[in-house]
Amino acid sequence: MTKRIYALLLPLVLALAGCNKGVDANVIKIGEFASLTGKEATFGISSHEGTLMAIEEINAAGGLLGKKLELLTEDTQSKAGEPATVVNKLVSRDGVIAVLGEVASSRSLEAAPICQQNKIPMISPSSTNPKVTETGDYIFRVCFIDPFQGTVMANFATKTLKAKKVAVFTDVKSDYSKGLAKFFKEQFVKNGGQIVSELDFNGGDKDFKAQITSIKGANPDGVFVPGYYTDVALIAIQAKQLGLNVPLFGGDGWESEKLVEIGKDAVEGHYFSTHYHPDVGSSVSKKFVENYRKRWNGKTPDALAACGYDSAIVLADGIKRAGATDGPKLRDALAATKDFDAVTGRITINAQRDATKSAVILQVKGGKYAFLETISP
Amino acid sequence: MGEVFQQLTNGLALGAIYALIALGYTMVYGVLRFINFAHGDVFMLGAFAGYFLAPLVNRFLPAQSYLSGFVVLLLAMVICAALGMLIEFLAYRPLRNRPKLTVLITAIGVSLFIEYSCQHRLVFRAAPRSFPDLLPITTWHLGGFVVSTNQVIVFVTTILLLVALTFIVQKTKVGTAMRAVSFNQQAAALMGVNINNIISFTFGLGSALAAAGGILFAMNYSSIEPLMGVQTGLKAFVAAVLGGIGNLPGAALGGILLGIVETIAGGIPAISPYRDGIAFAILILILLFRPAGLLGKMKTEKV
Repeated sequence: MTKRIYALLLPLVLALAGCNKGVDANVIKIGEFASLTGKEATFGISSHEGTLMAIEEINAAGGLLGKKLELLTEDTQSKAGEPATVVNKLVSRDGVIAVLGEVASSRSLEAAPICQQNKIPMISPSSTNPKVTETGDYIFRVCFIDPFQGTVMANFATKTLKAKKVAVFTDVKSDYSKGLAKFFKEQFVKNGGQIVSELDFNGGDKDFKAQITSIKGANPDGVFVPGYYTDVALIAIQAKQLGLNVPLFGGDGWESEKLVEIGKDAVEGHYFSTHYHPDVGSSVSKKFVENYRKRWNGKTPDALAACGYDSAIVLADGIKRAGATDGPKLRDALAATKDFDAVTGRITINAQRDATKSAVILQVKGGKYAFLETISP
Repeated sequence: MGEVFQQLTNGLALGAIYALIALGYTMVYGVLRFINFAHGDVFMLGAFAGYFLAPLVNRFLPAQSYLSGFVVLLLAMVICAALGMLIEFLAYRPLRNRPKLTVLITAIGVSLFIEYSCQHRLVFRAAPRSFPDLLPITTWHLGGFVVSTNQVIVFVTTILLLVALTFIVQKTKVGTAMRAVSFNQQAAALMGVNINNIISFTFGLGSALAAAGGILFAMNYSSIEPLMGVQTGLKAFVAAVLGGIGNLPGAALGGILLGIVETIAGGIPAISPYRDGIAFAILILILLFRPAGLLGKMKTEKV
């Protein structure tokens, strides 16, 4: 009988032990949630590689406040619903002091209220939808936002492409895509342009021929496709098949080696805006590219890797200046980030807790992303 | 006008693929009265089989030729037929005499198992891959109207496979046995039909068609990933129900119809976001007026 009671108690005791937050006083636990598998996996993996490398570098340099950093990474599988689950786990069970993530705005928006409620600062490396940081004063980001990116692309369409009539092809499943489309349209119409066709798709679709046929019928000078690389590659292929031979252009969701791998010659000559280019940048950026290649077998870091890295070093800088890891103090320190030299540029966190910094426009050329221009805020 | 024709062509090519997958759902339902939810994943495995077979086959045969394309298609169909039989043997056969709900839930489990195993980094990984061009591609431009060899081939292959399938089911001994099992399992067994073999065969046949669908799909849409079977499988299932589940021509008709409706809905600006919703709304409408589906009879001989 007693044995049986012990047997029943054992899992309970283990569970309690698991609940014990921050047993090890010599580490600072930092949570990360990223799309390591699924549709936007290359984003999540790049971002994670950047973040992890930053944490390793900080630890190699002796850690922070005399403690080592420990990065706890959770996979969101590129799916809705997962971020809430994993971030809840990171915050309530693992007792992390801050959360880094996600790439996709829809998934950052899901996790943000949890971090806000628990007063755990969250830094998104590359979610560009404005709503993300509007969730509350504990939510930060180290990238620019869609109104800026949308405006940049609208001006690019008007000035560089000399486009008068543009079609917009939006992913209705993604807050990122919808936001970008909205700000693009506003600015493009203000520039005197005309939106001749507005169609939608569901991220993850494989067949876009129906919409592309309709877009082709509207005879645009270019098509704005604010989507993610997997969809964009297929859209470019099918546009080419259907004889829609106008420039396609989009935002930072395009940047992945998969875009060229899948899209091949169909994505040639198209344009997108993003956070940084490995060939242009400051000394911090050059050092980052060099170290990243060493750490990850010669891989050249893309913008998502750079943003992932920046999210971690901005956090580390905040911890250093706060001299503490408790939520409110850390939050205040992060909010005071000013002229911080990061890989993707000089970061200042503004009143809305967004980073103000420049964007670059790249063109797909010979299977590579060629630098076209830098646009400052 | 050209745009309408273009949309019809797009819709036919998409619908033909739905039709191929729908046939598998319908056949298994005909024989076992349950929905094999892992069928969409066999479709995905077919596409991956083609992806890995193409470079191997091209060592012996010229790349991008009709011959090598045909060999890849055939081999992938054989592999998936074997996989389909294996799934039946391991997962469904032990549950043959349990309530249908048990088997149905097992099917969902098998489906998730395949999807997530395939996403593992030691298997296919989650990132999409670019599918090689199996055939020489020519695109014909007739004014604004564009049609490619791929689209024609998808359609032709589907018709050929449909004819072959009808022949197998209606004219051969094993087809007769399939119909007998679907009609009454016990009576068929008493007549000396080996139920296990026939059920295995049905799964094999359905899976081979799914593999063909997978390769045609991958040829046409050029990217494959472990979750590609989820949405497509669901649509094909809808197509099977639309045509009257258990009815072979019904599945084909349902597939084509769904493909066309979806394409037309997708091309209209205001309703393009609801393209999937419209397909499902039509399903509900048709089932309201014809509960057994378009070609299904309430009590029919089902295979």
